[in-house]
Parts: sequence; C-alpha cells; structure tokens
Amino acid sequence: MSALPQLVQIAPVKPGPHAVAMVGSPNAGKSTLFNALTGLRQKVANYPGVTVESHVGRVRFDGGKEVSLIDLPGIYALDPSSEDERVTHDVLTGKMPHIATPDAILLIIDATNLARNLSLAAPILSLRLPTLIVLNMADELLERGGQVDVPRLEAELGVPVALTTATTGEGLDKVRAFLEKRAPAAAAEARPSWPELPVLQDVPQCRRWAAKMGERAGYRAPAPPLWTRRLDRVFLHPVWGALIFLAVTLFVFQSIFTWAEPGMEAIQRVIDWSGGLIEASLPPSAFRSMVIEGIWGGVGAVVVFLPQILMLFLFIGLLEDSGYLARAALIADRTMASVGLQGKSFIPLLSAHACAVPAILATRTIENRRDRIATILIAPLMTCSARLPLYTLVIGAFIPEYQVLGPIGTRAFALIGLYALSFLAAIVTAKALKSSVLKSEASPFVLEMPPYRWPTWRSVGYRLYDRAMAFLKRAGTVILVMTVVFWFLAHIPLRDGQSVPIEESVAGQIGHAVEPAIAPLGFNWRIGVGIVACMFGAREMVVSTLATIYVTDQDENSAALRGRLRQDLTLGGAWALLVFFAFAMQCVSTVAVVRRETGGWRWPIIQFAYMTLLAYFGALATNIIVTRFFA
Amino acid sequence: MTLATLRQGESATLQRLELPEAFAHRLMQLGFIPGVRVEAAHQAPGGDPRVYRVDGSEIALRQETARRLYCTPV
Repeated sequence: MSALPQLVQIAPVKPGPHAVAMVGSPNAGKSTLFNALTGLRQKVANYPGVTVESHVGRVRFDGGKEVSLIDLPGIYALDPSSEDERVTHDVLTGKMPHIATPDAILLIIDATNLARNLSLAAPILSLRLPTLIVLNMADELLERGGQVDVPRLEAELGVPVALTTATTGEGLDKVRAFLEKRAPAAAAEARPSWPELPVLQDVPQCRRWAAKMGERAGYRAPAPPLWTRRLDRVFLHPVWGALIFLAVTLFVFQSIFTWAEPGMEAIQRVIDWSGGLIEASLPPSAFRSMVIEGIWGGVGAVVVFLPQILMLFLFIGLLEDSGYLARAALIADRTMASVGLQGKSFIPLLSAHACAVPAILATRTIENRRDRIATILIAPLMTCSARLPLYTLVIGAFIPEYQVLGPIGTRAFALIGLYALSFLAAIVTAKALKSSVLKSEASPFVLEMPPYRWPTWRSVGYRLYDRAMAFLKRAGTVILVMTVVFWFLAHIPLRDGQSVPIEESVAGQIGHAVEPAIAPLGFNWRIGVGIVACMFGAREMVVSTLATIYVTDQDENSAALRGRLRQDLTLGGAWALLVFFAFAMQCVSTVAVVRRETGGWRWPIIQFAYMTLLAYFGALATNIIVTRFFA
Repeated sequence: MTLATLRQGESATLQRLELPEAFAHRLMQLGFIPGVRVEAAHQAPGGDPRVYRVDGSEIALRQETARRLYCTPV
C-alpha cells in the first residue's frame, strides 16, 4: 500500500500498448513488489476527476523489450461504492477515459491469509484478462508452518500462480517471465481455462468459493503470528501502550527538530558557500544580484528544509512498514474522536508540524471522505517548520530573554505558546467543521492490524528517494519561479538603467496599496510586501524578503535585521505578525495539493478564505489587546 | 449479546450485522460474515476501539460499531 505517495502532480500517464495492472488488498506487499520489479523507473499517475492516484513504472527485459506496470490502490473488493475500488474497476475494464485497458493483471495476495484474500480473485478473474496470481509473503507462510500446493491451485483457478517473497526477491522470476510474455514480439501462450466463479455480489458465497479453492490446493493456514501477539501485549497495554505511544510521538517530534539540525546547517553552509563562489565569479550586475538574492536566497531557504522532511518520512516509513502505525492510529482514535476526527487523522496532523504538503498526502489512508477533508482543512494550521524562521526573528527582536522555569526562558515559552495557539485553532476548527458542513454518520472506522514486520531499508529507501525528488522538484519549479518574479517586482521599474529604491518599485507599490487594510493590525507597507510575497509563494520567503526590503543580510539571527524590525514595528504589531503567520495559509504548494487531493477548487478556496480571515481578525485582536495592556 | 459485550480473550459466533448496507458489506468483505467465529483481542487504552480476530486477521472496530454486531456464545 502506498499511503504516502509523491508530492508533485504529473500529467496522466498513458500506459503504452503493453500495460499490466497490479491489484491487491492493502498490506499484501504490493508496493514492495512494484519497487522490486520496476526499481526507480516509476512515476505517479493521476486519473482525471478523482483523487486516487497510482504509480506507473517500467519493467525492462533483455533485447530492449519493456512493459509498463500500473500499481493500483489497495482494495478488498471491486465495489463501486468506494472510490479506490471504482477507479480500479474502471481502469481494469477500460472505462477510465484516456487510459487503455491493461493487457494483463497481477493479482497480489497475502499468502498468510489465503482463504480470505482469495475472495478478491473472483471479481478479478471474472474480467477474463490474462492474470497471474502472486501469493506474496511466502517466507512468513512457511516460517509459521503454513503450506500451499501451487500447481494444484493453478489447476483449480485455471491461471498461473507464483509464490513470492517481495522483500527478498524470491520467486520474482516467474512474475518477470509472465510480464515478459506481455512485451512485444513474445510468443503467445496457451489460453487459460477459466474456473467457475461465484456470484460476485454475494460476499458469503465468494468467501466459501475462496475457501474451497484453498482447500483443494492443500492450503494450510500458518500458525498465528506469536511475536505480533507478544508485542501487542506491550504496545496495546492499557498503561505501557499509552506511554510508548507518547514516547514515540515525542521522539519523532523531537528528532525532526534536533537531529535534522546538523543536516540543515550543512546545506545552509553549502548554499552560502556556492552563492559566494557565484558572486565572486560574476561581475557586479543586476543579473548577479538576481542570481544571488533571488534564486540562491529564495530556493536555498526552501531546500534547507530537506533534511527535516526526509527525517520525518524516515520515521513514518519505519512506523508504517513495521506495523506500529496501525497501532498508533488505534490508540489515538478515542482522543481524535472527541473533536470529530478519527485515529487515522493522527499521523497526518503530526506530520503537518514539519510540512503540510506531505501531511495532506498522508490523509489518503482515511477512507471516510468527510473525515479526510476535515483533516486536510486543519493540517495547514499546525505549526510547520517554514514558520520557524519568522518566529525566531520576531521573538528574538521583541522578547527579552530571561529564565522562567529552569532552562526554559521567555522566548521558548513564546514559541510553545504559538504552537499551542495553532493547535487550539485546529481543534476548534475541526470541531466546528465536523458538527456542521462535514458532519458524518457514526463514522465507519475500520482498521486492519497487520502483523509486525522488520522494515527493509530498500522499501524505506525507495520512499525517501521519492520524497526527496518530489520536494526538490517543488523547490526547483514553483518556489524558483516565485522568487525570481518577486525579485523582479522589487527591482522594476528601471530609472536611468538603475533599479529604483524598493519603496518605489512595483513590490513597494503593492505594499503601499495593501497598507490601509493592514494598518489596523499594526503593519506598515514593508510588512505588507512580505505578507503578499508569502501569500503567492511560500512562508520560507518572508525572511529573505524582509532582508531585501530592509537591505540587510538574509539571516533570521541577523542583529541588523532585528534592529530594523524593532524600529519599524510596535510591540502590538510584532505579536500581531506572529499570530498572522500562525493562522494564514501562505503556501502555494499547500493550495495546489489541497486542490488535487479534494478534486477541485472548492475546498482550497474555502480554506484559503477561512485561514486568511482567521489570520486577519486574530492579528487585529492581538494588536488591540497588546497595545492596550502591554505596550 | 453483541461483540461489544465480549471480554478480552472471549469468542462468539457472529449472527447478524445491524448496520447500513454499504458498511455491513465492507465488514463482510473483511471477514465479518454471519456464522464466523470472532475473538475479542486487545483494546486501545480506555477500551475503545478494540481489535477483533476474525477469519485469520485482526480488525479494529469502535464500540459503536461492535454494539451493532450481534452474536451468540460459541
């Protein structure tokens, strides 16, 4: 199951004339098999009008032959009632617009529970497409004393069957051989003899059919997973379970801030160093200034977050592949239910503290559409790491540091307060949404607990690579364009071949234009420029933008920049600025991903409007209160 | 009795699912088919949701759902 797919949208991929679709239940090891077969030759495909996506990869054979492999979402049946299953059905039957009907199907089944999972074979075989049934997790089946007679199962079902262990690559030869037959210029094979199938709508009948097939193939179910039961006695213990859950949460949270720090500093040094090299190698010109201030400063401010994103996905990958993520969702369910959400919302909301974009993608594991949209709508309210540079700058400039409680000082308290404020806003918003527009019936929360497994580096590594590429792509496209555009706006029009002072530039004029609207919040036109730049770009841009405006160096710890801010903002305005950044949706990437994930502009527009109003009135109230009582 | 009344480690035979059609259908695909034996296993701290062993796998359900799944002692 690919619960956390890629960040960037790629146009729908038309599989070539020889496409094979992969179908299977969640937790059957479909993604692992897909990665083992295709390696890194894969990309994300989105189907028009639906929020479901799949990966498409290529499998190469000797002599330059190749087949494209489509990894469809994990499903339990082929009912049209669930979106994943409807999409799978439409792709397999050729009803999906612009997508050719696949030439063949790989049906992936968890061999450790053959009798239940073989039920899915009935609707798949009824499609009468060449099919290979892949019984995956053979190692677990055999280790725990189970067995299955593959030739007899083939005889019963009338289609070839392969017994594989995708994590080690065992048994994949047969899968590759099946795929190679789909490649051009391959010999035709004998037509399968289709078995008699049960009535597909009748679940008990399908289940009995699957049991009969397993029985005839001499299937012996493996012993219960003893280690899983032992571990669950600890991880789902009323006391220890809760404590371990808290410890894991704090650990992930702490690590994305502490352990990512050296990596982030290293990247920052590389950016500064390479920027210095470019500066030295180019003659002073407008072009040099654009490259250094625009591209290096702007894109660098985003790329710096890469270690943090990777750290987050490393932990989520380990938790998901080991099976703990399902337990975490179980434990968190009760608490999340009190604000109208559910256990599966927990991981997305935790991830949102690093970045809302991967968090919103992580909501795909939530089947209930209303719960999913509510989670998507509140995720950007969480304090993502892109807000931290501005928080650091403003808190550093306006709050004198003295110790309050042991090693914790006033500034740390201010920062914790901002986290709490965002969290509170998210909870109140969720509660309001779930008791009004997104109210759902007693939410059908169903969660399968997979057995605990050792995560493999290969599987986690693929995911990290996927994430890193997607993130860099975003920095190299959207953010790059926005920073260059902003740089131009800050330097045009030209007067006598020289750029005008920032105040008279287009950016400055925009700042002056919005000044009347934001003056009640305690902001002047300079802050206005920063806010506008963030609204149409990303929050990461604010510090470099303010540095451009105040003509100081681009560092949130810069004393010069702090000094200029102190002269320019009142205490009320400074607090209002923090509150504004806590609530406002200043990130085009988030808007884009919400549009894609909710299948239209409706929700991102509502979300943007809601968060902007919340930010505006929150900042207004803050300015009035702080100015009245504290200034 | 319902699945919600089972104590940890107790088993029962599922009789019927009093749930909206689509949801009942989904649960049946996961193994909750009338006649099947269901065992109550671990629960989240606080007792809700709870994991049930059914048809070779472990599925967590909320109490509000488990209360609608009627069963008889084995």
